[in-house]
Amino acid sequence: MSERENQGLDLDEPLGAELKSSSEDIIIRFKDVHKSFGRHHILKGISFEVPRGQVLGLMGGSGTGKSVTLRHVIGLLQQDSGTVEVEGRNVPDLTKQELTDLRKRMGYVFQEGALINWLTVAENLALPLRENSSLSPSDIDELIAEKLKMVHIPDAGQKLPSEISGGMKKRVGLARALITDPDIILYDEPNAGLDPQIARSINELMREIADTHHATALVVEHRLECIETVCDEVVFLFGGKALVHEKTEDFLRPTHPQLIEFLGPEARNA
Amino acid sequence: MIASAANPPPPPSVGDGAMGSSIMALADIPSWAPAWLPDALPLAFAAGVFYVLWQLEQFRDAIANIGSRIDLAWAALIRLHHLPKRLRWFFEQLYQSGIQNLHVVLLVGLFMGMIVSLQTGIELARFGQEGQIGTIVAASMTREMGPFITAIVLAATTGSALAAELGTMSVSDELAALDVMSVDKVSFLVLPRIAALMIIGPVLTVLCDTIGIFGGGFVATSQLGVGWAQFITTALEALQEQGGVIPVPMDVYAGLLKSFVFGGIIAVISCASGLEARGGALGVGRATSRAVRDSIIAVIVANYFLTFFLYR
Repeated sequence: MSERENQGLDLDEPLGAELKSSSEDIIIRFKDVHKSFGRHHILKGISFEVPRGQVLGLMGGSGTGKSVTLRHVIGLLQQDSGTVEVEGRNVPDLTKQELTDLRKRMGYVFQEGALINWLTVAENLALPLRENSSLSPSDIDELIAEKLKMVHIPDAGQKLPSEISGGMKKRVGLARALITDPDIILYDEPNAGLDPQIARSINELMREIADTHHATALVVEHRLECIETVCDEVVFLFGGKALVHEKTEDFLRPTHPQLIEFLGPEARNA
Repeated sequence: MIASAANPPPPPSVGDGAMGSSIMALADIPSWAPAWLPDALPLAFAAGVFYVLWQLEQFRDAIANIGSRIDLAWAALIRLHHLPKRLRWFFEQLYQSGIQNLHVVLLVGLFMGMIVSLQTGIELARFGQEGQIGTIVAASMTREMGPFITAIVLAATTGSALAAELGTMSVSDELAALDVMSVDKVSFLVLPRIAALMIIGPVLTVLCDTIGIFGGGFVATSQLGVGWAQFITTALEALQEQGGVIPVPMDVYAGLLKSFVFGGIIAVISCASGLEARGGALGVGRATSRAVRDSIIAVIVANYFLTFFLYR
């Protein structure tokens, strides 16, 4: 009998799943979620929870379904079975209006920024406010200036996405996700394609946002540095399942053989 | 209205609405046949062709897409009141599809008018009827050539650009970003594009008609010895019949109505193809070629039915 069985733990639950919070504090809950694309079974029964105000990292190899998991939270994808609850409600069961209302309280930072390429940076930031709020143009301008300052690019407002660097696009994407002061922020590989210096500044920014806004966040990331700086807890996806779910400091001292293999020497140096 | 061997029907003349009679004569329909049969024959023929094509998987896929195109057109229609909010994108699209295509439409229209004039003029001259060339050029340009050429140019240029633009947005997660921000894609992206193409289609058609008739007149006077005054007189005579809900000649009205519909068809199909694009650059390329192909097919099919209902 394994050590976990001796402790009376469910072996289908990820390692470390005993990190539980009271159910009313759970903002995001995945329960036995399965998702396939054609013959490719990507998610094979993922389960985890994110309590209010926590920053949870999602780590795993390429193709393990990290971004797919993230897209379920905001209703861009629907699971084949299981439940994806946000604030206690299964996302696919929401009406169109309810989903719209939920999305207005969420921010999503896309891998490549996903800025609308024929709008200026300021117009990109203004878009969700112009479409969904009754704020006056001067209030919107004020908010845009505030968010651009927050992501340390105060003078980029009048530039087109094609005129700014990849790092700046990420910052603009981050500012756009924050423009509505969301309660939940989803980051899809915020460091992908960035040099270490810019990646570090983005990580510090994400941590700063977590500390000041107290938003619940889910971070898909490959880099340990980001996980270490930003996340409170980490889920390791392997073989379509949440194999490990631990506090960040424990995650960086792995005991699970698959995680040790995945993290390699980086983990031992962490 | 039924043809008989003893009293063959007169050949159809331009603008007399005699399409049914001519089809009847061609089919040599017996006197006992019901009156509606001549109209039904082309549709039955089209249905037969449709059945044969239905055996092809690609054709079935294309037909299966019609439903989503109709959905998109309906979704845009019920958001028509959003248009004042989208005027910036509407005018931008007008500029892109109108001003940037103007030289292509004018050039193609000019040469089509010259070709029609030369082709028919040579034949008419054999019977000493070259004086009627203005009638033929004016009627063919306003009824058929103008709206059709404009539609083909719009499908090839603006339609492909729309599909590529929206397709690129789709594969680069920009459409997903709009969803995430709760921005209505139909209102924000599709509506201004459809409205712009439905407006610019008739505008370009009028210009295409005008320059086509001018080109036809140039050939008639320079190559066929028809006087400019005679050409203009016969052209204007051909366009005298008033029709439709706006006070313009029937043929011009029909051409404008066609181009209005064609503009909508091209915009809806191109936007839908772009929105459905998946799988990176390859997916965008496929969406673009599908948009142009489907637009041209839909324009041709719609052209038949519009002609049928306008001139019957």
